[in-house]
Amino acid sequence: MRPETQVAPSLAVTVLVSVGRHPLTGRGRQADQDARGVELARSIPQAEVSLLHAGPLGDASETALRGYLGMGFESLLLLEQPDGADVLPALAERLEAAAPQLVITGERAEQGEGSGLLPYLLAERLGWPLVSGLAAVEEVAEGVATLLLALPRGQRRRLRVRLPVIVTVNAAAPSPRQSAYGPARRGQLVLEEAQVVHDEELAKWQVQPARKRPKRLKIIKAASARDRFKAAAAKAEGGRGQVLTDVTPEQGAEAILRLLREEGVLRR
Amino acid sequence: MSESNSEMLRRDPRQAWIARNRLHPRHLEVLAELGTGGGQEAASEWLGPNGLIRRNPRTVGFIGPHGVKRIDRSGVQQGRVVAGAQASPAACKPLVEIEAPAFLVAVVPDMAGGRLTSHDRDLLGLARQLADADPDSRGAVLAVVFGGHKENGVGDAGIDRVLHFDDEAFAGFSPEARLGALAAVEQAWTPRHWLLPDSPLGGADLGRRLAARLGERPATGVWQLEADAGSPLGWCCTARGAANSLDIRRPLPRLALILAECAEPVSETRHAARLLALPEALPPQLARLEDLGQVAVDPAGVALSEAEFILSAGNGVRDWEGFHHAAEVLRATEGASRVAVDDGHMARDRQVGATGTWVSARVYVAVGISGAIQHLQGIQRCDKVVAINMDPGCDMIKRADLAVIGDSARVLEALVALVEQSREEKRHAA
Repeated sequence: MRPETQVAPSLAVTVLVSVGRHPLTGRGRQADQDARGVELARSIPQAEVSLLHAGPLGDASETALRGYLGMGFESLLLLEQPDGADVLPALAERLEAAAPQLVITGERAEQGEGSGLLPYLLAERLGWPLVSGLAAVEEVAEGVATLLLALPRGQRRRLRVRLPVIVTVNAAAPSPRQSAYGPARRGQLVLEEAQVVHDEELAKWQVQPARKRPKRLKIIKAASARDRFKAAAAKAEGGRGQVLTDVTPEQGAEAILRLLREEGVLRR
Repeated sequence: MSESNSEMLRRDPRQAWIARNRLHPRHLEVLAELGTGGGQEAASEWLGPNGLIRRNPRTVGFIGPHGVKRIDRSGVQQGRVVAGAQASPAACKPLVEIEAPAFLVAVVPDMAGGRLTSHDRDLLGLARQLADADPDSRGAVLAVVFGGHKENGVGDAGIDRVLHFDDEAFAGFSPEARLGALAAVEQAWTPRHWLLPDSPLGGADLGRRLAARLGERPATGVWQLEADAGSPLGWCCTARGAANSLDIRRPLPRLALILAECAEPVSETRHAARLLALPEALPPQLARLEDLGQVAVDPAGVALSEAEFILSAGNGVRDWEGFHHAAEVLRATEGASRVAVDDGHMARDRQVGATGTWVSARVYVAVGISGAIQHLQGIQRCDKVVAINMDPGCDMIKRADLAVIGDSARVLEALVALVEQSREEKRHAA
C-alpha cells in the first residue's frame, strides 16, 4: 500500500524514529512508541510524512529501520552518528533546516540511556512548544492543531496549540500497522553527513543489565509484642469510617453525593 | 525545717491498712488516692508503710471481650490506657523544626486528586534522607504544591517548608505555568537538589521540562541512592535506562526523577511545614498550549484496573436496570463481585477482587457487597470506599469511609435523582 500522491500537501510532518529493543530477545526492532508515532502521522489527512533517524548504520539497525519503511514509505533520512554520540545537535540542525510543522516522536528510547529527554531538549533548543503523551491529532487547520492528550486512568484532554510543535506519543496512541516486507526491502535509506558530538558523560557511567528491584517489606513499627501481633493478625480495615444507620435513602444519597463532589469524580 | 519536712515521705498507716483490706468499704477509694496517676483506676502498686512496694494483683489486667480477665505483660498496661494513647498517634511523634537550613531539597509532589500519593510520600522520604544526611548542617525539604489540596498531614510526610501556588492559572493542565513557577523558585533559593516523581501523573513531564529549562542533565528513573564522597553532590544513584533493561550507576545530578518505592516514607517524626512565599511576584506567562478541558470518555471503555470511579454491584443488588442506569448517570465504570458475575448479571471482565481485577480507583462505591476477603484484597489500593448495604455488621462497612445502611435500590434511585437535578439546575443557570 503506497501513499497516494496528495494534490496539495499542506502539512510537513517529521517522525523521529529510533531502533528499539525486543523486551525478551533483546534484538533490534521498530521501537513500539515510534511505530505508533508513524501510525499517528499516517492518520493525519493532508500530511506529508518523512522519517528521520540519527544513529549508526549496521545490520541490526538496518533491519529495524526497514521495518518503518514497510509501513508505507519510500525513503528514510539517516543522519549517520557513531555509537555513544549525542544525537541532539545533529537532529536540531536538521529540523531547523527542514522546518517541518509537526514533529512526532516516541516518549522514550528503548536503547541507550532512554531518559526521554530528547524531545524536551529539542523543544527548548528550537523554541517550540511540546506536548507529551498524545492519543490523537484531531484537526490541523490554519496553523493550529487540536490535539487529544492521553491522561492516566484512561482520561483524555483536548488541547489547542499553534504550529510548529513537537509531540510525543506513548502506548495510548493507536497501535501501528503491520510492516510489509516488499516495501521494506524496496525503500531507501538516504544517508547524510551530520556533525558528531560525543557524549562524554555517558561514557563515564557504569552500565549493567537491570537487577530485579527488591520487594518492599511490610515494616511494622510497634512498641510492644501486642501491637505487633495485632498488626500481623488484623484483617484489612480502613477504620473509623462514617456509618449512617436509620437514614432515609435521600439523606444517604446526599451524603454520598457530597463525598463524590469532594473527591471531584463527578463530571457534569 | 519546713523544707526538710516537705521532702520527708509522710505515710498514713490507716490509709495503708485500708488499702490492704479489700473488704473495707473505702478500699477502692483509697487505692485510687494512692495510685500515682490519681485517676479513676485503682492503683495496682504503691509504697507501703515500711518503704516496701505493695502490689494488688486483683487490679492488674482488664476484663476482656468475653468476660475473662486478661493480663497484658507487654508493658502497655490495660486496654483502656492503650485506647487513650492510640487516639492521637500523630501528637506523640516528635516535632522537628529546622530554623536555618544549610540548603534546600525541593520536591514537587504530584498531589493527584489533591492528596499526596504513595509515590509522593516515598519521594519525601528520600528527600529527608538527603536533607538529614549530615546532622551538623541539616537541610530543609521544600515542597512546591500546585493547585488546591486536601491533604492535612503535610508535616507528617516530612515537609519543612511549603510553597503553595493556589492560583487559577495552576489548576488543571498547566505545564508551562508550573514550569515558570519552578524557574522562579530556582532563581529565588537555588535548591541543592530537585526531586520529582517519574510518574505519568505529571511529574515525569514537568521534571523533564524543568531539566531542559535549567540546562541540567537529570537522572531519570532513579530507584536507589547511596552516599558517595567522590561525587560532586556526595551521592551516587542507580537509574533505570533503555526501557527498564539497564541499570545506570552515576553521580546524582542536581535534578532527579525518582521511581516509586525508592525510600521508606517518613513515619517517625512530624515536621513544621511552614508556609513560604516567593520574594517577587511571578512574571506573566505566555501560554502556548491552550487547554480546552477534559473530554468525556465512555466509562465502560476504561480498563477496570485504572478506572477512577467505580460503581460495583454484589449479591445485594436486585434491581439491575436501576444499577446500570445509576452507573450511566454517575459516569462511573461498572464493577462486580464474584457472586454477581457467577450469577450471570455481569460480565467476567468486570469482576473485582483476588480472582478478578485489582482496582486502584479513587472512589469505589460498593452496592450490596458484603466484603469477602478476596474482594477486599482487590480494593486495597482504593482511596475512598463507599458502601451501600442492608447489613450493618458486614466487613465492607468496616472498610468503608462512608457507609449507608438501607435498601441499595432506593438509595441509588435517590442519588440518581439528586445528580440529575443538580445537572438540570446547572443547565438552567448556564
